[in-house]
Amino acid sequence: MTEAGWVEQALREHDEHHAHDTAAGRDQVADREQREQQVLDRIDRARRRRPRVREERITMSHGAGGKATATLIEAVFLDAFRNPQLEPLEDAASLTVGSARVALTTDSYVVSPLFFPGGDIGELAINGTVNDLAVSGATPLYLSAGFILEEGFPVADLTRIAESMRAAAAAAGIQVVTGDTKVVQRGNADGCYINTAGVGLLDRDVPLGVAHAQPGDAIIVSGPIGDHGITIMLARGELDIEADVQSDTAPLNGMVAGLLDAVPGVRAMRDATRGGVATILNEIAKSADVGVLVNEDDIPVRPEVRGAAELLGIDPMYVACEGRLVAVVAGDQADQALAALRTHPLGAQASLIGHVTDGPPGIVHLKTAFGGTRIVDLLVGDPLPRIC
Amino acid sequence: MKFVDEFRDADTAHALSAKIAALCAPGRQYKLMEVCGGHTHTIYKHGLEDYLPESITLVHGPGCPVCVIPMGRVDDAMALASEPDVILTSFGDMMRVPGSKGSFFDAKAAGTDIRMVYSPLDSLKIARNNPDKRVVFMAIGFETTAPSTAMTIMRAAAEGLGNFSVFCNHVTIIPAIKAILDSPDLRLDGFIGPGHVSTVIGCRPYEFIAREYGKPVVTAGFEPLDILQSIYMLMLQLSEGRSEVENQYSRVVPWDGNPTALKVIGETMELRPYFEWRGLGFISHSALSVREKYAQFDAELLFDVPGVRVADPKACQCGEVLKGVLKPWECKVFGTACTPETPIGTCMVSPEGACAAYYNFGRMNRHRVKEAVTIEVGRP
Repeated sequence: MTEAGWVEQALREHDEHHAHDTAAGRDQVADREQREQQVLDRIDRARRRRPRVREERITMSHGAGGKATATLIEAVFLDAFRNPQLEPLEDAASLTVGSARVALTTDSYVVSPLFFPGGDIGELAINGTVNDLAVSGATPLYLSAGFILEEGFPVADLTRIAESMRAAAAAAGIQVVTGDTKVVQRGNADGCYINTAGVGLLDRDVPLGVAHAQPGDAIIVSGPIGDHGITIMLARGELDIEADVQSDTAPLNGMVAGLLDAVPGVRAMRDATRGGVATILNEIAKSADVGVLVNEDDIPVRPEVRGAAELLGIDPMYVACEGRLVAVVAGDQADQALAALRTHPLGAQASLIGHVTDGPPGIVHLKTAFGGTRIVDLLVGDPLPRIC
Repeated sequence: MKFVDEFRDADTAHALSAKIAALCAPGRQYKLMEVCGGHTHTIYKHGLEDYLPESITLVHGPGCPVCVIPMGRVDDAMALASEPDVILTSFGDMMRVPGSKGSFFDAKAAGTDIRMVYSPLDSLKIARNNPDKRVVFMAIGFETTAPSTAMTIMRAAAEGLGNFSVFCNHVTIIPAIKAILDSPDLRLDGFIGPGHVSTVIGCRPYEFIAREYGKPVVTAGFEPLDILQSIYMLMLQLSEGRSEVENQYSRVVPWDGNPTALKVIGETMELRPYFEWRGLGFISHSALSVREKYAQFDAELLFDVPGVRVADPKACQCGEVLKGVLKPWECKVFGTACTPETPIGTCMVSPEGACAAYYNFGRMNRHRVKEAVTIEVGRP
């Protein structure tokens, strides 16, 4: 990076847009409130501009699931691979193969530590991919598994990981049907990384996607949030905090099938992994160009998780889950959806957290437990690397 | 959650809000400054401004440790980090602060060894585990964090640790408040006094504000009700024509501070003749350096620190924001050229920075949102 070069460039761009706004008569100074609104409008336009990666190198924030990740995907990958299947950037791509409609997804797992309370990297690698298929409305069928192993990695640990993958696959009712193994020199990886890909059958005729959200729709989470992220953070033992929490990693396909059977008005589902529930709410607001309003009081968070997050200065809304989903359903079917989720053990604490609104599009508002309101934006920075 | 929910109770907030509104003199505008960035964060995170009448404006002060670090010091730290065999440690907040050549994150991606720590003592652990490396802790913060840096230096001395040093950037709050009081372009009615700083220095050092400048000060805790109550206490003083120092945060802040903490600071650090604050310029006796007795732990003596002053980008108005002269959104580049992902100024970096807090939590038209929320929350 040249000497503060990016600052100059950012300022130059700013001046250009500013001149444009002034020419368009958008900046006529009025009273204070109107001036603030003008600034907000200008920011809104700035946010809709095409994202660009400013950094010269990948930083940890590019993997954190927040703004930097979104920018990287849109500016680098979407640009390179652009096609109608990829473009919606859903958890899985919907494809037509012969006469069948299938969903295809892939995910890599680099969690540290490899073993943690409530699960391990193997279980995560199965459940994560199963869940990406399930929330896309597909019935998960077959998975692949690729392993990148570091020289010196204990075979006993690998056996343990494979065993828990077997158990997780059995629980989810899927099979691992192909795979790959690579070994890299000591120091070139951290023990064991896993990639899984999965295909599922789109056997229901419901178009799902966050872009379908409409004002009046209900937003539901299937259970307490943030368990996985906080568990991993504490399992690293760097913080000297102990709490009785464990990862919520679980396959969601059973619960999802129950929900889709019972509720025709399901518009979208997402599993709340990296970036947490807050990121999904932002994806809904942005994709469907709607407002989102949630009630902090209604968002279920275990006391242990809240306590640890409070101590660490982290908002549970941004903390990853591995066995929770956020569903958008037609407003008049919210009760049905809650009932359907609650009949499943994983959804016993499902909760209606808010609604899609015709409020300021692209923006998520939170009514705080304290009684105020604030914005919930995409996360910047990286509170917690390598959680999955 | 126990000991937290009690301080976030909406009913109590409504009651306090009504009492505050009743104290407002008709037609009068009130400007209250929350000195501490932690307060700014709480105010935005909980949407506290929704409880205040329009005649009360909260002005965000200079008490965000990351925000006041000038660009030159960030460049100095990066120069240290790029010396052979150096591991630079710092708090997470510092990682994205822009220097003239990018942030610590960029430097880390380019290959320097910069690590995030939660406590300065973690740096000692890193030093012990890496005897062939030189570990430098970038110390930042007000009197709140200075004692832990002091303890770390003393521990390193007791252990005879030869590969650890501190790049000291600790600052003191009183000179900054005084600079603001003496600033001609700002009219304030009172101060919400910093909470954590006061646990160390106590409330006595604020007495000159009430006595010489005639402004009330209420030291406040960090939960939303703490702040609302301290606003009520300030408004009560103003309505009764008093200007005193009061302690809302008495459950944590002793009137005379923490003598042990003050002692360890005094043992290891001394006041610098002057120090540059971002946006506020050079302020005399406003920062701490490592005492000569502990010179072997002073990175500024051990390494060749460039010490070049770097001017802020011209368009950056962090100075005005830190002094409370501008609201974040009134800055020319706010939210367009300067955003949390590409901060130009420090106020956009730390969660305690006024601009970051406003951008992340408060970027909305309150009137419009209030109406929307009332309707939406009421629906079945």
